[in-house]
Amino acid sequence: MTDYDASSFTLSAQHLSRAYSGTFVVHDVTLQLGRGEILGLLGPNGAGKSTTMHMLTGNLAPNSGRIEICGIDLLDDPKSAKAHLGYLPEIPPLYMDMTVDEFLVFVAQLHRIDKKIIAQAVESCKKRCGLAERGNQLIGILSKGLQQRVGIAQAVIHEPDVIILDEPTVGLDPNQIREMRQLIRTLAQSCSIILSTHILSEVESLCNRVLIMNKGHIVFNQALVQLQQKGVDLETVFTELTQI
Amino acid sequence: MIRAIVGKELKSLFVSPLAWFLLALMQVVLTWVFLGRLDAYLHVQPQLQQIANAPGFTEIIVTPVFAMAALILLMIVPLLTMRLLAEERKNRTLILLISSPVSISEIVIGKFLSLILFISGAMIFIVLLSVTLSAGGTLDSGLLISSVLGLFLVACCFVALGLYISSLTMQPVIAALVALGVLLCFWVLDILGSSQDGWIHYFSLLKHFKQFNSGLLDSFSIAYLALFTLFFIILTIRRLEADRLHR
Repeated sequence: MTDYDASSFTLSAQHLSRAYSGTFVVHDVTLQLGRGEILGLLGPNGAGKSTTMHMLTGNLAPNSGRIEICGIDLLDDPKSAKAHLGYLPEIPPLYMDMTVDEFLVFVAQLHRIDKKIIAQAVESCKKRCGLAERGNQLIGILSKGLQQRVGIAQAVIHEPDVIILDEPTVGLDPNQIREMRQLIRTLAQSCSIILSTHILSEVESLCNRVLIMNKGHIVFNQALVQLQQKGVDLETVFTELTQI
Repeated sequence: MIRAIVGKELKSLFVSPLAWFLLALMQVVLTWVFLGRLDAYLHVQPQLQQIANAPGFTEIIVTPVFAMAALILLMIVPLLTMRLLAEERKNRTLILLISSPVSISEIVIGKFLSLILFISGAMIFIVLLSVTLSAGGTLDSGLLISSVLGLFLVACCFVALGLYISSLTMQPVIAALVALGVLLCFWVLDILGSSQDGWIHYFSLLKHFKQFNSGLLDSFSIAYLALFTLFFIILTIRRLEADRLHR
């Protein structure tokens, strides 16, 4: 994989940098995501993970660098690129005064899903995310776990090739965490996922590859298998690299 | 897709009691003004018949109703626009719109159109109110059309301004207060400007509206109000883009 070949990656970010008032918070970040891969994004708070994810989803423009989703440049053709992207931010972007059905229909319309198949798409999405009987309920009255599932539903309704999840299990109880992880595993069968989390066990159980960020730089980028072969514990690596 | 955004905004507008309350308030006040003017006209009618070129009932009854409607809109539009962008920011739902394959222009235009549609609906009631007068005489339809156009354009200006101010903040209440403050300044501008015949009067939105309200279709007024609206819509789009570029 020495030669960069855009067509084989679902997401490719090259040399991304982002500065706020002259201070760089993300330096020269390069990452690539293959099909069916689950990438774990780790790092201490303030490392630049959320900033990087905002850049990958088109919410922030990088000061320099390139981002391609399925070969489409995100900055040149944002509409086509974003059609292949699903994003669940740290705080799920839910409209509390809408019902689950209304919300998912709205998201489907935003993603230009054909009117005739919207109802069907919403139904299958709800089933996938375990929201089958919750269609008529207001999002505002759902429990945190269910709201989180609605958050994932909006990220996957248009069946994107890349899903970016920012701390999807935070605030959930152990049962809900297990269900969420199962859901992520199921989703990974059809698309690539970037998962940002603080829970190392989650990375170990779900991800194929791990990326550790610290102070805006990528300090570690390896497949989990390699790590296990060397017999090194992820926590040790994390502590070592982020203590600087 | 603009239509999706318009649909969602209208739905969420009607789900909250605020919109219904404001519509009801507007109806009550305008009907009260209408009936008051109708009453005044009926008292004055025998004397008017003796004057040559007397103002018609449209001018006496309908014109003040539209003038009051413009003032009411000036006060309620900030309450309606405050949610549009400030609340999306506060609830962290703006990120959903920006991550979707929808351009920022489409988002802003969709929100603008949704509120304009809502206000147009309210205006239909005012028109119906005026049309009921035709049961008693010939309504000056030219004056009515001109007043409706003026009110519509002025409403567009208010909404565009309110939308821009909403895009500047994360607090809907601040957005409402600042928008109300700015619009009141325009009102004061109108009051001050009308005493002198200076250039400053031309900036007043209400002055242009008054021309429409007296049946004058001035192309300068149309252009000014349209450009005012466009100016603030473009500023809103640029503000949201700036968030993306150098937050």
